[in-house]
Amino acid sequence: MQSIQPILQVDHLSKSFGVIPACDGVSFDLYSGQVLGIVGESGSGKSTLLKAIAHYITVDEGSIIYRNRQEQYLKIQELAEYQRRWLMRTEWGFVQQNPRDGLRMQVSAGANIGERLLDIGMRNYGQIRQEAIRWLQEVEIDPDRLDDLPTTFSGGMQQRLQLARVLVTRPQLILMDEPTGGLDVSVQARLLDLLRSLVRNFNLSVILVTHDIGVVRLLAHRLLVMQQGKVVESGLTDQVLDDPQHPYTQLLVSAALTP
Amino acid sequence: MSVSTKHPHFNSGSNSGFNFAYLDEQTKRSIRRALLKAVAIPGHQIPFSSREMPMSYGWGTGGIQITAAIIGQNDVLKVIDQGADDTTNAVNIRRFFRKVCAVETTEETARATLIQTRHRIPETPLQEGQILVYQVPIPEPLRWLEPSTVESRKMHALEEYGPIYVKLYEDITRYGHIATGYDYPVIVEDRYLMSPSPIPRFDNPKMHLNPALQLFGAGREKRIYAVPPYTRVKSLDFEDYPFRVEHWNQPCELCGSTESFLDEVLIDDRGGRMWICSDTDYCQQQRRKK
Repeated sequence: MQSIQPILQVDHLSKSFGVIPACDGVSFDLYSGQVLGIVGESGSGKSTLLKAIAHYITVDEGSIIYRNRQEQYLKIQELAEYQRRWLMRTEWGFVQQNPRDGLRMQVSAGANIGERLLDIGMRNYGQIRQEAIRWLQEVEIDPDRLDDLPTTFSGGMQQRLQLARVLVTRPQLILMDEPTGGLDVSVQARLLDLLRSLVRNFNLSVILVTHDIGVVRLLAHRLLVMQQGKVVESGLTDQVLDDPQHPYTQLLVSAALTP
Repeated sequence: MSVSTKHPHFNSGSNSGFNFAYLDEQTKRSIRRALLKAVAIPGHQIPFSSREMPMSYGWGTGGIQITAAIIGQNDVLKVIDQGADDTTNAVNIRRFFRKVCAVETTEETARATLIQTRHRIPETPLQEGQILVYQVPIPEPLRWLEPSTVESRKMHALEEYGPIYVKLYEDITRYGHIATGYDYPVIVEDRYLMSPSPIPRFDNPKMHLNPALQLFGAGREKRIYAVPPYTRVKSLDFEDYPFRVEHWNQPCELCGSTESFLDEVLIDDRGGRMWICSDTDYCQQQRRKK
């Protein structure tokens, strides 16, 4: 019997800015349908790690291997640029903390969702619109808002629109950088609920970077705790949060506000 | 021996110090090199060392430099602005070249070997051997959606033209049809996305398989690009919203043509107006035929 292979293997990833090691030998495996939370304080290297995986910045050392839909194993650093960019627009998705960075604010919600379909060569206006409506419904936005500009949307809606924009090409792997940052708690809760059902329904693999322990407790299956570029603790989320071993994790967990 | 000394006009004392066609020969050569590259890669923007010209940016300095680089003593030059031979920009540029090259100029499209244009392609079909030089304000069709030139050049290199369709999508969503009326983006020879300069979309089909050589110059942006003769030029569209040109419900009120691009012109201060051909030469020829 064949054993289950991870969708993403990160091995000894290192990146330093001058003398500061932002990521120092980070390794982990991510399996299909799994949500991996990465927590740590500001400056611990969690966003750098995410950007390195997405290849927004080049890494100094280590390897990232991705298993695509055709079951091929791709070394991200060795791919040609056009392949990497294609991957980012089809099988991967990046959800920004600030929806303004991930959306085109001057064009309608429908155009925002349609863009990735246009990227992959769809040239039928009617079909693109239908897909856009479908994905608006999927992220719980009223389809009547299809032709409205994202600037008229609330922060939570913008974040959900960003999800729809990414999900429309049915990606396998989603990278999220503080997706709930800047949202109030009730909107956060709704977004987390939605994320949870999307992950389940579409079998998404997610890497979720956040400083919010509450968010990872709700969403993440596994957890990496980072401090000064190193992974200091990892394991099942509940295990790490309920029985933290490393002093830094203990500090982090005890510092979290519990209502 | 430089070209200029052969011409009697340039041996006269008042013009000594000026080279034939204003630019010095080295500059012309560098522009011709850019032109050759541009012709070799249809629709691809080639950087060139744009010079200061004796008129301001926005007045066609890119087109003028191309014209100056390729014009010869036997050329017959026509200059049009919005289709007309008698508008300020056209008159100025024509006078400029008459002064610095003393070449023959014409208003007749068929007689011209070199046509510099702003905002129109002549209605009279162009022939083999003719050269059409466009004045281009913004050569980068991706400019409005991608402010970074590094990124937009990458998009050209990797043929990532999805985002340009976002604009067309927005047009259809807002107006029910593709409302982009001028500078309507095209794909050249199935490869490069190109801005046709601000010609009306009415003129886009004329670029397709045109027997003339089409050269584009953007002076401020320092870019040259080209569409060689008989090159495929396709206007962007959607499968369910095909590309269409403008049409008018009436003929030209001067010549009666139903096939030309019409301008609406105010004729008095009481709201009187008429629709006439924007191409003055074509309009006159049609009237002469009657």
